[in-house]
Amino acid sequence: MSPAMISAGPIAAAGAPLARRNPVAKLAAALLFSLLLIATLDPVAPAIAIAIELAVLPLFGIRHRVLARRAWPLLAGAGGILVTLVLFAADRSGPVLLAAGPVLVTQGVLVTALGLVLRMLAVALPGIIVFATTDATDLADALIQNAKAPARFALGALAAFRLVPLLEEEWRMISMARRARGVDAGRNPVAKLRLFASTVFALLVGAIRRGTRLAVAMDARGFDAGIPRTVARRQHFTRADTLLVVAAGALGAAALAVSVLLGTFRPLLG
Amino acid sequence: MGAVSLRGFGWRHAGRRQWAVRGVDLRIEGGERVLLLGASGAGKSTLLGALAGLLPEDSGEQEGTVEIDGLDPRKARERVGIVFQDPESQLVMARCGDDVAFGLENRGVPADEIWPRVDEALRRIGFPYHRDRPTAALSGGEQQRLALAGALALRPGLLLLDEPTANLDPAGAALVRRAVADAVDADTTLILVEHRVAEALPLVDRVVVLEPGGGVRADGAPDAVFAAHGDALADAGVWVPGRTVPPRRATATPGAVLLTADRLGLPPRLAPTDLEVRAGEALAVLGPNGAGKSTLALLLGGLLRPGGGAVTASEALAGRDADAPPHRWRAPALVRRIGSVFQDPEHQFVTGSVRDELALGPRRTGQPEPVVAATVDALLARLRLDRLAGANPYTLSGGEARRLSVATALATAPRLLICDEPTFGQDRRTWRELVDLLAELRDAGHGVVTVTHDPDFVAALADRTVTLERR
Repeated sequence: MSPAMISAGPIAAAGAPLARRNPVAKLAAALLFSLLLIATLDPVAPAIAIAIELAVLPLFGIRHRVLARRAWPLLAGAGGILVTLVLFAADRSGPVLLAAGPVLVTQGVLVTALGLVLRMLAVALPGIIVFATTDATDLADALIQNAKAPARFALGALAAFRLVPLLEEEWRMISMARRARGVDAGRNPVAKLRLFASTVFALLVGAIRRGTRLAVAMDARGFDAGIPRTVARRQHFTRADTLLVVAAGALGAAALAVSVLLGTFRPLLG
Repeated sequence: MGAVSLRGFGWRHAGRRQWAVRGVDLRIEGGERVLLLGASGAGKSTLLGALAGLLPEDSGEQEGTVEIDGLDPRKARERVGIVFQDPESQLVMARCGDDVAFGLENRGVPADEIWPRVDEALRRIGFPYHRDRPTAALSGGEQQRLALAGALALRPGLLLLDEPTANLDPAGAALVRRAVADAVDADTTLILVEHRVAEALPLVDRVVVLEPGGGVRADGAPDAVFAAHGDALADAGVWVPGRTVPPRRATATPGAVLLTADRLGLPPRLAPTDLEVRAGEALAVLGPNGAGKSTLALLLGGLLRPGGGAVTASEALAGRDADAPPHRWRAPALVRRIGSVFQDPEHQFVTGSVRDELALGPRRTGQPEPVVAATVDALLARLRLDRLAGANPYTLSGGEARRLSVATALATAPRLLICDEPTFGQDRRTWRELVDLLAELRDAGHGVVTVTHDPDFVAALADRTVTLERR
């Protein structure tokens, strides 16, 4: 459990033109763009998509350096996958690029591996951009008001999300409390695993109890009592928001079109 | 508005044999301010839950009737507001203003009325920040005041407060009580559950005492109730005002040094601190929230690696291991020397029964099974837990869980015991037992370190105090 995993708050300048768009529009645009890219296995379309994503970053008010910091686990993972695939993939077709002892790198291997890694980055980046520029409360509001999501679901998730940072502190507490009871694993890997499992269990028990208390507190303030809710913070879905979704679709399609025209397009199905 | 009427009311949670509350006949008129008392387990929280309409019909069995303004509480929920004990689990939204607005939205208040009512509620409780302030940035006392604002914004006829200050330090608790005194309308009925009677009395004009077996034991003006039932209430665990506990001073001078803290710190939680802990001495660590008291307890307990300075164990405590700092010791070696009792007992429970919980430490330190059994039986009897030997630790009441967590630390007979807020939220009976137990340990030559906000506890037990400053 690391802070990087759970620090998902906005990191962007709030006034940037696209960051201000309706959260549901941003989410729809990201989903549309990513879904189009999943359709192909070639490296060209995702490469174009990444170029587009990096180009629109300033419009979302995100600096590239900040994004790199937020996305470093993704980049590290991508690097790892690239190396693993190049070294171990079964596909050894195409001209040999490098032969050093047992290591044999061919063009076929490199193209496949690059395609996969670029696809992963291209599909993940829109999501990162959306969550980096969207306040969780705004997202829940927009999901309820513009996407007609049930308030029970959206606000329940929002309230639960607010408790997540407490889990980290709770984990540290439980771990120390176990040591204070004379329970540690030393160097024994089996004991380590058992200790980990029992700590996870204690964490879950605590989380469920806290969640139950929160649910009762929400009930006590009339949540989901059958009265039509009003909204304190209005979220508007404007023409600009529609335009954002359409533009995302068009740009995704354009990346695919270039790939088809260059003859590199390799459909996922068929 | 806000009149309460209970006739022969009882409630048994589904799957339980005992009634949580039973045989309660009570009438509270609109605008009355009632302090609801009763020993641990008398059913105070269940009664408040029933009044707030938070006991669904299928979650248990009801006897008699409960009404608010002549209505079933489940149908009168918009007339009732409630504030619970735990600040963390009753705030819903990420920003303070949104949290107050949450209840107004749920009740369908027109959008253009919401923000004026939010601002008014925040003003009434004396909220010092803008409504965009993140709820996570508030102190415990501020969070409880915000929860109060969230309840008041709904303009309840009946306001229920379920130990709203039990998790707060004295300064935070005082702020919450002042907010209650200032912000609650004169015609709002108030029912308050609170252990610390003396602090709560200025807020109320009537005291109702629940009998653990069922029914109402006493009811009337505070002076009359305490004059007639003071002794019996004090024995039952109620903090009756004006009844102090005789202090337990050390019977011998302190012995050898057990543990030394030298410029011990952990930025940003604890500034460098010097400290000596001796055998046969009860040391109290005081200071405001945020001064690092709990951090100090964890560092002294060998549970946390120091960020600066050092903790050194003496040979009297650790023998040959005295060369290594406590946080490097293996856990079984640690618990034979230093026992730690956490603020939240539930953090420390590892097994499925009270008996196994007590046996865990002795087993981990390699005691033979007959010795383990003898140790466990002795502790069960000493801390009045024998009746609960087979119970799951998570099902214990607050007082029982506290006694168990202290007992588990004693099971390995450590020379030094470190307790973090052991008296938090405890009734008078458990409180006295803790003072007596720790005094006995001290007089038997153990070192006792207690992190605490509780001035009565310090007066009753501490031989020496150390006060940390807020950084």
